[in-house]
Amino acid sequence: MPHDHADAPHSLLPPDPALRVKALESLLTEKGLIDPAALDEIIDTYQNRIGPANGARVVARAWSDPDFKAALLADADPVLAELGYYGRQGEHMVVVENTPEQHNMVVCTLCSCYPWPLLGIPPGWYKSDAYRSRAVREPRRVLAEFGVTLPEGTSVRVWDSTAELRYLVLPMRPKDTEGLSEDALAALVSRDSMIGTDIPEAPR
Amino acid sequence: MSRVHDMGGRFGDGPVKPEPQDAPVFAEEWHARALAITLACGALGQWNIDTSRHARERLAPLDYTRFSYYEKWLAGLASLLVEKQVLSAEDLAGAAAAAGDGTGAEGVAPHPLAARALKAADVAAALAKGGPADRPSAIAPSFAPGDAVRCRRPGGNRLVEGGHTRLPTYAVGATGHILWLHGSHVLPDSAAHGLGEAPEPLYAVVFPADALWSHTEHPGDEVVLDLWQSYLEPV
Repeated sequence: MPHDHADAPHSLLPPDPALRVKALESLLTEKGLIDPAALDEIIDTYQNRIGPANGARVVARAWSDPDFKAALLADADPVLAELGYYGRQGEHMVVVENTPEQHNMVVCTLCSCYPWPLLGIPPGWYKSDAYRSRAVREPRRVLAEFGVTLPEGTSVRVWDSTAELRYLVLPMRPKDTEGLSEDALAALVSRDSMIGTDIPEAPR
Repeated sequence: MSRVHDMGGRFGDGPVKPEPQDAPVFAEEWHARALAITLACGALGQWNIDTSRHARERLAPLDYTRFSYYEKWLAGLASLLVEKQVLSAEDLAGAAAAAGDGTGAEGVAPHPLAARALKAADVAAALAKGGPADRPSAIAPSFAPGDAVRCRRPGGNRLVEGGHTRLPTYAVGATGHILWLHGSHVLPDSAAHGLGEAPEPLYAVVFPADALWSHTEHPGDEVVLDLWQSYLEPV
């Protein structure tokens, strides 16, 4: 029986969230259950080392190397593991390709599942009630709020991450980017374009 | 029969508010600490990802709705720490009092689980190791790509009343077809409640938008969900 209780344990902690965290951290540290240095290390990892630059490198390589792209779309896990992009919240990756006929967009309606090793910690909007509730029912209105309008002939496929599979959108390579290096291409790949709420553009 | 987190398709939430792509990863410093404490406590090995998701989603609807993302995490964590007897309610109340008068929680005895505490030197390996959910299963796949399937009605957890499930209410009763078989994965409905991993075939199932919604934006639009075999029936 799940524990539904009115006297929820969180209500014992201070009402201010910053104080709530502080109280819990202090107690857990005193009991030896957490190590503040480990917390700093976790934060540094997701603040500075693991983020959308990883995903952008994968996209740029897929744009540049047809064999890499084919392997990535067929079975992403071994390809990404070789690049070192494996770990928590990215154990089972699927890369889905945008085409003129189909645009892909990722959401998690039940919580906020997201491919951490490739994109880092999700942005606030991805975790918002508005995105979680609306992306599956009215993806085009949501896209419009990001300034994205799709051609009439493009259908939308929304991926609701309901299991441990994590989805990365492979956007279409912008026109007029022939000859750009992988690094230059990676700089065109926004985080949102790998979630499906942005379209990469060529440099002006 | 649904819970408040099961919000796919809900009306009334207003516009999505995109942020700059270079916005800080953590909007507030306490967000970062809340995430790190939650991950570090997970390393104590007292619960799995399904248990922790369920701890958040069974918050009272009023709390779930008013809490920001990391407040939900904190509330779920407090529930788990008490329910798994890592901490007592008195511990939490005492920590609150200490935080209030600035004395800190000093003089607390070391905890039996302290030997399992995640050390800074082990963080990178722990995060890189992850927690894959695929498992061998004795249950053979009943469906193949292209097969028409329907999400069983009623939805909800069939093992535990009000328990955890990953079948969103908006898809209950809807007909789609199998896109892929992902192999066999841990069944969250079981694993969240200490009933074993019960791995079974997991599929990507594609639904035409008009199988889910009475007003659709475009005739070609689709939604794909990852659904376990026991959520599905043949059509």
